[in-house]
This record gives sequence, structure tokens and C-alpha cells, in this order.
Amino acid sequence: MIRIANGQGFWGDWLEAPVRLVDGGPIDYLTLDYLAEVTMSILQKQRQQDPELGYARDFPPLIGRIAKKLRERNIKVVANAGGVNPVACARAVLKAAPGLKVAVVLGDDVLGRIDEFLGKGYEMRNIDTREPLSTIRDRILSANAYIGAFPLAEALATGADVVISGRCADAALVVAPMIHRFGWGPEDYDKLAAGIVAGHIIECGAQCSGGNCQVDWQNIPDPANIGYPIVEAEPDGSFAVTKHPGTGGRIDSHGVKEQLLYEIGDPRQYMTPDCVVDFTSLHLEDTGPDRVRGCGVRGGPRPAMLKASISFHAGWKASGTLVYSWPNALEKARVADRITRQRLDQLGLRFDEIYTEYFGVNACHGPAARRVDDPPEVQVRIGVRGADKRAVDRFTREMIPLVLTGPPGGTGYGEGRPEVRQIVAYWPALIPRDEIHTRVEVVE
Amino acid sequence: MRISLSRIAHTRSGDKGDIANIGVIAWQPQYYPILLREVTPERVKDFFGEMVKGGVDRFELPNLHALNLMLHRALGGGGTVSLRTDAQGKTLGAALLAMEIEVDERELTD
Repeated sequence: MIRIANGQGFWGDWLEAPVRLVDGGPIDYLTLDYLAEVTMSILQKQRQQDPELGYARDFPPLIGRIAKKLRERNIKVVANAGGVNPVACARAVLKAAPGLKVAVVLGDDVLGRIDEFLGKGYEMRNIDTREPLSTIRDRILSANAYIGAFPLAEALATGADVVISGRCADAALVVAPMIHRFGWGPEDYDKLAAGIVAGHIIECGAQCSGGNCQVDWQNIPDPANIGYPIVEAEPDGSFAVTKHPGTGGRIDSHGVKEQLLYEIGDPRQYMTPDCVVDFTSLHLEDTGPDRVRGCGVRGGPRPAMLKASISFHAGWKASGTLVYSWPNALEKARVADRITRQRLDQLGLRFDEIYTEYFGVNACHGPAARRVDDPPEVQVRIGVRGADKRAVDRFTREMIPLVLTGPPGGTGYGEGRPEVRQIVAYWPALIPRDEIHTRVEVVE
Repeated sequence: MRISLSRIAHTRSGDKGDIANIGVIAWQPQYYPILLREVTPERVKDFFGEMVKGGVDRFELPNLHALNLMLHRALGGGGTVSLRTDAQGKTLGAALLAMEIEVDERELTD
């Protein structure tokens, strides 16, 4: 049995979590997920400005902070903190924690091969809209294939203490230690599928151990000290999900089910680089306090195509807010919106979309919102997006003047003029698996 | 009698691009048939009104006594494109709790 703990569900997650996992009890592996869908574009920009950047910069200091404990407790780390520059990341880790052995997994970055792929006739159509990639060719910012767990397992096999990859399937971080220790092969579909289910459960960190949990949320013990989850994985694919004793939060089958259903499509055919998983085959049961066991998972052969995450420039956006109080809070907010749109229109400014929300009324639930009569206050938020940066910029100067030129008692402008932000959009596409060649390097 | 969905199920929502997914989990295994009968794609689309611009798909997980609903074109373009504050649909699972369903009193066993 091996213990795999996930200390980070996304870049920006609770900084204390990985440290507490390492301190709070025995674990064999610590995984950390740094890459949201469009993170790669931010990192590509950084690398363009400085060839020594392009990775998650808080990863090396974290390793520096826990290096002593990693060594004492023989804990290995698997993380996708490498972004678009795993080698630079590895070097920074070695500087922060000399004496650790670090290996990187390369080959996911295909930004430099887009024209080659287009030349070979791969259309790389957007999986959702079906448009061909050629329509956005000159606006592409990053392109990475989602690699699976086997290259990461190969990196563990070098004896590395820290394995750093670029883009990989989220659950691959958790499955890699299982492949490495249990010797699973590419055709062990049921076991790989079980590993992916376990990985899916813990890949969002505390979201399976009491965080963002609807079940009896008011009574979740000690949420400030919520315990991040640990998978106890067995060679046959069965697993338990648990957390360190003495930590806050709660692990039970209801909370785990919430996480299982999070961000999935057809549960019978959950596609991953290593296999297709049938979530309807999982048998789940509560086997003790803060302990859920999973078994019975079935999987099928891996798809012939790999998913690629491509990001591209899709314009500019900005949004601003103001608050109006009772009486007639909603009416004041609506008038503020009307005035703003009229002023933008009079300037001849055009946007792809102007979108207005009223917080305290129906911003979250829209037509399904519970009716509110006479709210004590309403926050109006107006957002615009479009290709013309100057138009978006002009919008950012239109809301604060409403305080002096619009409905009475406007407030909540203290954060100042809104920021114009670049829209980096996500283009999921498929590329043939054979085009991706990964390799493992030990960095010294 | 009419009751809220929250009486028999809990939910969790997330996003996949411009699609909001909502997991609906029965509190008790014996409530799962009620979910199958009452939480139909048509009713869910109707409940959310103009917020859901595409269709609603429903997938069944009898092993977990749960449904996975996919609400297409519900997130204003989704991801970074969307101007919605809740671009990732994190509050939509909670919204669905208020949906009214029809049950027979005898079906509520706890």
C-alpha cells in the first residue's frame, strides 16, 4: 500500500496544505497541481521575456521549505510546476534544496510544432465549436499536449526525489506513483482507471475532504485546519481516501460523490491519455471515520488521440462595480446601467458583449433566483469585452463618474478604475498520440 | 405533494468550457428512483430559463445514486471569455436545490 497526498488543487490554493501534509503523518508521495487551462499562456509570456522563467515560481521555495522533512520521511514529490520550462524549474529547485535529486518530463510543449501539424493535415478543430485551428493561427499563445502518467512514472524510476512535468492530465500526478510502485502496464486498463478515479477524487485538494461541500456544511469540523486528502492505493487498484488524524474537515461518501461528479461529462467514458474510465463501475463505501473505500473500477483502452490545450488571444475585457442602497436599490442600479450603456453608445464604442449583473438580486442564479423585494443594497457589475482595447479602456472610465452624475448614493468605487485584461481563451483540440514524444531528464 | 429537490438530494456544480455540470446525489439510495423520474433534462432547462442557451444532457450513475447534468451554453462563453462573475458555474448546484419536484408522501422514508 502506498500513500499519495495531494497538497494543491490549483495554483493559488492554500499555501499551508502541502506543509501540513508532510508534517501531519506518514505519506509516501506528495502531488501538487499548478496548471489551470490557461496558465500556460501566462508562463509562455514570462519565458518570452526571460528564458529562465516559464514555470510556477512558488514551487522552488515550497520545496526549500519542506526539503528537510522530505528527506527525513522519504517523501517523493510529483508536480506539474514545470509549466513551459521544466528544466529552469528544476534548476531553481536544486538551488533552493541542494542535495535533492530532480527529474523533469519533457515533450508536452508543441507550440513550435503547430505549423508542422497543420502541414500534415491535422486540423486541430476546437472540440466544442468544431472550428479549425487555422482560424486563430496568428493569435496562438501556447500549445501543450496532455500527457499521461507513464512518463512521470519513468521519471520516478530514476530515483528522483522531485519529478517536475509540464502539462499532464491532472490525475496522472497521482497515478504515476502507482505505476512506478506496482508495475502496472499500459494495458492494465482497470487498474489505471481505478488510479484515475482516485486521482480525480483528490486532485482538487480539500474539495473532497469537506471543502465546497454541500452536505451538512455548517457542521464540518474545524474548517480552518482542513485536512487535505490522502489516497491509500493498493496494487489491485482498490483504494481508500482519508486524511491525517487531528485535521479538520470530513471525508465521507457523500462528500466524495460531490467531488466525483465535479467537472465530468459522460461518466461512462471519461477520457484520459492512459485509458477511458467508467465512473459508473465504481463501488464506494464508508469504512470508518473520515475514510472512504473505492473498488471495482473498470476501464478501457486509451484513445488514439491526445487532447491538447491551446490558448489564444481573444480580445480584451473589463468590469466595474458600484453599490446602491435602499430605497429603490435595484431601480438605481438599473438606471446606472442604462446611463452607462447610453454614454458608451454615444461615443460610438462597440463591444462584442456588454453584460450586467445585480448582486443581491439575481447575479448568481439568474431566472432561478429566489425573488427579493426591496433589498437593503444592490451591487451592479457591468462587464464589456471586445477586440478593440481602446474601447474597453474607455469603458473603465465610465463607471466612477456615475457617483456624481447618476442615481443618488452610489458607493463602492474605492478599488479605483477597473483593469483592462487580456482575454486568453482556451482551445481544446486533438492530436495523434504518435506525434508526442516525451523524454525524462535528470537535472543537475 | 410538491417538495424542493434539496429534501432528497445534494448537488455540486462545475464547468467544462461553456457547459455547466451539476452532480445531483440522492441522500438515500431509495430516493434515486425519484431523481430519475423528476429531474429530467426538460425540467432542468425550464428551471434555469434563459440562462441555459443550449440543451441539457443527463447521465445516470446508479452505483452512486446520482445524476450528472450538463447544461450547454450556460456560462456566457465560459472560462476567461465569460463576463459572468460565476463564470465557472459554482453556484448553479445550489440554485437547483430549489427546483420543485412531485413526490408521494410515502416515498419520503426518513
